[in-house]
Amino acid sequence: MATVRARAAERPQSAWIVLLCVAAWAIPGAGHLWQGRRLKGVVLLITLSIMFILGLAIEGRIFPLGPSTSWDILASLMGFSELGIGVLYFIARTLGAGEGRVLAVTYEYGNAFMIAAGLLNLLVVIDAYDIALGRK
Amino acid sequence: MQSHILLLAAFAFFVSVVFAVLSKDDPKDQLRFGGLLFAGFLATAIVLGWLMFPFPL
Repeated sequence: MATVRARAAERPQSAWIVLLCVAAWAIPGAGHLWQGRRLKGVVLLITLSIMFILGLAIEGRIFPLGPSTSWDILASLMGFSELGIGVLYFIARTLGAGEGRVLAVTYEYGNAFMIAAGLLNLLVVIDAYDIALGRK
Repeated sequence: MQSHILLLAAFAFFVSVVFAVLSKDDPKDQLRFGGLLFAGFLATAIVLGWLMFPFPL
């Protein structure tokens, strides 16, 4: 009985944590802002957004997530890494940005900026999750 | 913005900021750790760049 009550009490918190993680993924730093860590949240929001937008500006490419004409597994992995940045990824795709010009001098740098921004945001999500569980 | 060294420094800066903010709580510690990371990234890139200089790529 006690276990059932404990599980029932856990449910809302679990749902809240899932919602927090989704928010933290969708908007960089949102998980920290939500939990009152304002300075950290603002710094993460600004830094990761600039990093991704700068990558787009210097002709980085948004890689396909699945099979396409030039499909290979590395391109898909890079696509999933970029997806880590959240809503910005979808905005960029909707606006038709991220075509990527292979001949541009800064093409590889652009890719590195965008992929790293996505992966770093996933680390930020894990950090927000740890804070929510009281580990930090 | 096509300078490789500037882009490298910008990349190192952004990554250092995120790691410093995530791993330290005190602003002073964040500044110290972030600065150390940034300097480490730049120094490693320059040293590796010179080490690779003789290779015919």
